[in-house]
Amino acid sequence: MELYELSIEEAHRRLKQKEISSVELTRAVLERIAAVDSRVDAFLKVSENKALAQAKAADQKIAGGHCEPLTGIPLAVKDVICTRGLETTCGSRILENFLPPYSATVIEKLGHTGAVMLGKTNMDEFAMGSSTENSGFKNTRNPWDLTRVPGGSSGGSAAAVAADMCLGALGSDTGGSIRQPASFCSTVGLKPSYGRVSRFGLVAFASSLDQIGPLSKNVADCALMLNAIAGYDSADSTSVPADVPDYAGALKEGLKGIRVGIPVEYAAAEGMHAEVSDAVANAVRVIEDMGARTIEVSLPHTQYALAAYYVIAPSEASSNLARYDGVKYGVRDADQYDLLQMYRRTRSRGFGPEVQRRIIIGTYCLSAGYYDAYYGKASQVRTLIVQDFQKAFESCDVLLCPVAPAPAFKIGEKVDDPLTMYLSDIFTLSANLAGIPGMSIPCGFSKKGLPIGLQLLGRHFNEEMLLKVAYNFERVTDFHKKRPDL
Amino acid sequence: MKITKEEVLYVARLARLDLEADAIDKFAGQIDEILGYIEKLNQVDTAGIEPTSHAISLTNAFRPDEQREHLDRQRALANAPESEDGSFVVPKIVG
Repeated sequence: MELYELSIEEAHRRLKQKEISSVELTRAVLERIAAVDSRVDAFLKVSENKALAQAKAADQKIAGGHCEPLTGIPLAVKDVICTRGLETTCGSRILENFLPPYSATVIEKLGHTGAVMLGKTNMDEFAMGSSTENSGFKNTRNPWDLTRVPGGSSGGSAAAVAADMCLGALGSDTGGSIRQPASFCSTVGLKPSYGRVSRFGLVAFASSLDQIGPLSKNVADCALMLNAIAGYDSADSTSVPADVPDYAGALKEGLKGIRVGIPVEYAAAEGMHAEVSDAVANAVRVIEDMGARTIEVSLPHTQYALAAYYVIAPSEASSNLARYDGVKYGVRDADQYDLLQMYRRTRSRGFGPEVQRRIIIGTYCLSAGYYDAYYGKASQVRTLIVQDFQKAFESCDVLLCPVAPAPAFKIGEKVDDPLTMYLSDIFTLSANLAGIPGMSIPCGFSKKGLPIGLQLLGRHFNEEMLLKVAYNFERVTDFHKKRPDL
Repeated sequence: MKITKEEVLYVARLARLDLEADAIDKFAGQIDEILGYIEKLNQVDTAGIEPTSHAISLTNAFRPDEQREHLDRQRALANAPESEDGSFVVPKIVG
């Protein structure tokens, strides 16, 4: 087994035993990136020298007897997360030259623990998209089939994990942007509960929905990464002052007596691919066989979630993205007229079409005379969606459903049809509206060899339940062990 | 039709965007289709339902009012497209 193929858990064991050094491990991963990323294009920036310097520092830390689970582990970071002194573009031309003056809290936390940052991964511009094709810079290709998308918006992070170009990666999820690419690329991906992980230094898209989370090669690694980034942060007024459990420790309990809910509405969804339904049904049987009890539950407002989301997310985005005005940071259009013209030209040239579409939709939904009909109405429907989940979780501990209705689609297939693109998030975005945790784990492959993901949804701040069910499933299956042929 | 081309142009101006002339028709069509889909919300009876703006209800987050480390002026200005004498520079606003 090559060093770059290691899981975090196994690499940690070897680092701790001093069988390998972080410098060796980091070099192996950097060589892997050099060998395959010209075909996958997962990274926007590889910071080789910084990574090797961090690896050297980690080795010293380990020599001094301090080897935490992520010490010396090479990780990738989605380019929506601020990294001091390292370009953070959000996949947008408007931030092409942006060098953050501070790092996000999650980056500080990873830094303190001695993790190694390899570089920044590609994404849909400002995290708006489901295929990474909205990047202002390049397309990322799915390592399982280079003619297909890796999903999005954290497509670069998912592809980097799947192609062994990092041992784990951070992504962000506003409507499915960790879980959907995780399922398209056969990695594990977790969107924590809203408030679990600090958003300080995460460039804002839709502030009431955004959350940072891990993408990893297996469930144990996901738990280790979540432990490293979770927790209250006084710099994020929406982070929740609750204790962080030992996620890795919670994995190994069995599933006996656990109640698994199957939402009936999801099976009936339009555009559902038979291979996806079969793989999910199979996964449910595997989990039943381990002693869990399944029951049908109803989430009656599921069919309205997408419409509510496409009012709320663009509304928040239109407000958040007002800050890109060519004054304080980012690119300014060089031809200067008056102030208003400068704003308009800077924004029109700096933002890509999907971002402009969403800004216009959001501005429209919030504008005088339309606010109640759109934003007000969507916020009420959001309450009903929250209540659906509360009711469902009275009778079960975890919900199981697909991540996306179909496996990865072809590059270019949906690019001119935004509404169809939005439909690929139909199973994931309810969790963001309700603020509950959601996870994607590998549960099968289509006949064409494309990965299929199983989604697990849980109660607020009950990530342990998701991780436990996922870990037990992973123990008796081998989908997560398969690697793309690159 | 939910939104006309003229309305799209009007909203774009509110949002400080200049739409490319040759892209407006396609753009307006796509936005109209999305708003048409959003109409679905009207099928839901929401009489008496409180709106949710945040999924986790938090009361105000307070912290002590203490002086703390902050960005110095040089770092705060480092990303500005144009700065001078410790200030951001913008095009002339008043005559």
